[in-house]
Amino acid sequence: MKILLVDDEVELISALAERLSFRGIDADWADNGEDAIELARNNEYEVAVLDVKMPGMSGLELQERLEKIRPGMRYVFLSGHGSHQDFREGSAKASSYLMKPVNIDELIERVKQA
Amino acid sequence: MSAKGLSNILSGLREAFGGFTDIGLIDNTGTQVAYVGPFDLQGKDYSDQPWFKETLQQGSYISDVFLGYRDLPHFVLAVRFTMDNGNEAILRTTIDISLFKNLLSGLNLSGDGDAFIVNRQGVLQVPSRYHGGVLEHMDLPIPEYAPSTRSLVLKKDSGDPLITGYAYVEGTPFIVMIVKRQAMLMNSMHEAVEEILWISGLSGVVIIVVILAVATFMVGRIYEAELTRVKAQRQMEHANRMASIGRLAAGVAHEINNPLAIINEKAGLLRDLFTFREEYKGDDRLVRMVDSIISSVERCGTITKRLLGFARQVDTFMAPLNLVGVIREVLSFVQKEAEYRSIEVQIHTENELPTVVSDRGKLQQIFLNLINNAFQAMDDGGSLDITVRSIGEDTAELVFSDDGCGISRENLERIFEPFFSTKKQTSGTGLGLSITYGLVNELGGEMEVVSEVGTGTTFIIRLPLKDQGKEQT
Repeated sequence: MKILLVDDEVELISALAERLSFRGIDADWADNGEDAIELARNNEYEVAVLDVKMPGMSGLELQERLEKIRPGMRYVFLSGHGSHQDFREGSAKASSYLMKPVNIDELIERVKQA
Repeated sequence: MSAKGLSNILSGLREAFGGFTDIGLIDNTGTQVAYVGPFDLQGKDYSDQPWFKETLQQGSYISDVFLGYRDLPHFVLAVRFTMDNGNEAILRTTIDISLFKNLLSGLNLSGDGDAFIVNRQGVLQVPSRYHGGVLEHMDLPIPEYAPSTRSLVLKKDSGDPLITGYAYVEGTPFIVMIVKRQAMLMNSMHEAVEEILWISGLSGVVIIVVILAVATFMVGRIYEAELTRVKAQRQMEHANRMASIGRLAAGVAHEINNPLAIINEKAGLLRDLFTFREEYKGDDRLVRMVDSIISSVERCGTITKRLLGFARQVDTFMAPLNLVGVIREVLSFVQKEAEYRSIEVQIHTENELPTVVSDRGKLQQIFLNLINNAFQAMDDGGSLDITVRSIGEDTAELVFSDDGCGISRENLERIFEPFFSTKKQTSGTGLGLSITYGLVNELGGEMEVVSEVGTGTTFIIRLPLKDQGKEQT
């Protein structure tokens, strides 16, 4: 299974990618929207895990862009804020919405369900 | 004059007046030459009687009342006249006091009134109701002579004062007296006075009761209204405080969540390395330490999620609303303070303001904070001007301008910082303006301040007319 991880925190996203790889999930990561779009153009991912709040392009905007490049890709949102609005929009546009800090097993489960 | 002539005269007098007993004609020698009446007095000599001499001299005579042969009180009336033959003669008649009685009883004397006749020596000529019998001395002093009718107040040794009216009847020994007890005379007046007193007293009591009732009612209503206002204000302050805490908590939780997520992943990665990599395997102590870090991170995560859940209760709710209307609502909470302190608050609208899409609760907090701030900066009798206008097509500008103490340049730079307060001695938390600033930002607006010490302070808020709140991104 190949997935794309996007979060502006490099330390977080790199560690997460490595941990997922231990569990048989091939995860590429990017720390901004532009890099993520570039990766999506060159690779085919089943699921994208996106942080909602990022500087520049937000998770929701990125999702719209990715949708055009790879129609049918599924999404899981991560958020450190958890406001009502985040929750509403994240839930509407993705199959899952998770609050940081996330439990790795729960994340894997959501990715597989997506 | 014959006895028959006299008899005719007598019956005529009796018919006309009543009370005439007899009548006689006496010649100038004092001999009664003709007599009609119940006694045999024909030929009686009156020459040595004082009344005979007086009548000859004066022309007429009226006697006091006396008891005669028949033991009936009566008096004598004698008149001198000249007969056809030129000799003087006297016509004498005896009159029963029933005539007087009839006259006096005809007087309409209400209550305890008493009318009677006395002679000038105070002897009663007719019986009195209260002051003695006929021919007795009346028990009242004799009123002094007066040519016309008079009244006076007489006092008996015992009893009430007596109001007395009297008249000396000219040419007679008689005094007609009418006596009434003053108490009886004043009775109706006293009754009237008493009645008036009662009515006045009752009216007074009724008025006082009504005033008391109305005053109590009004004070009660004012007290209730004041209680309601204070309660509403407390609720709003509480909501304000909770919202502040919520935002603070959400900010803290959000900021902590990101590093917490990194710790989580790093510790998770360590755990994975110990689990999946051969070269790190086998050190159970290290694995337990990592597990402890991960479980602690989970605990922290639970706490931050709870804090965020608390903040969620005060989340933004955008709806179309009227800015001036919201300002008026907020002013209604501080109206009493403004009245007590004679602070004049005026709202100016410079142009037609379209409906603004924003969050009512947050706007209320922003306006309340700014108005309270202005009130605290002002002395009693100050004035606060609030101007609302639209700028371009998509911005509303609100200007809160007070004539309070102003803010110094050095403080002005720090005024929106959390926990910065110049009101350390009072209840200032130093969060009011920072929260206000945060709220304006949350609504997608901006806020600035202009101030001069001693002149006043102006806060300017610009809000988007349409929903452009930060939280949408």
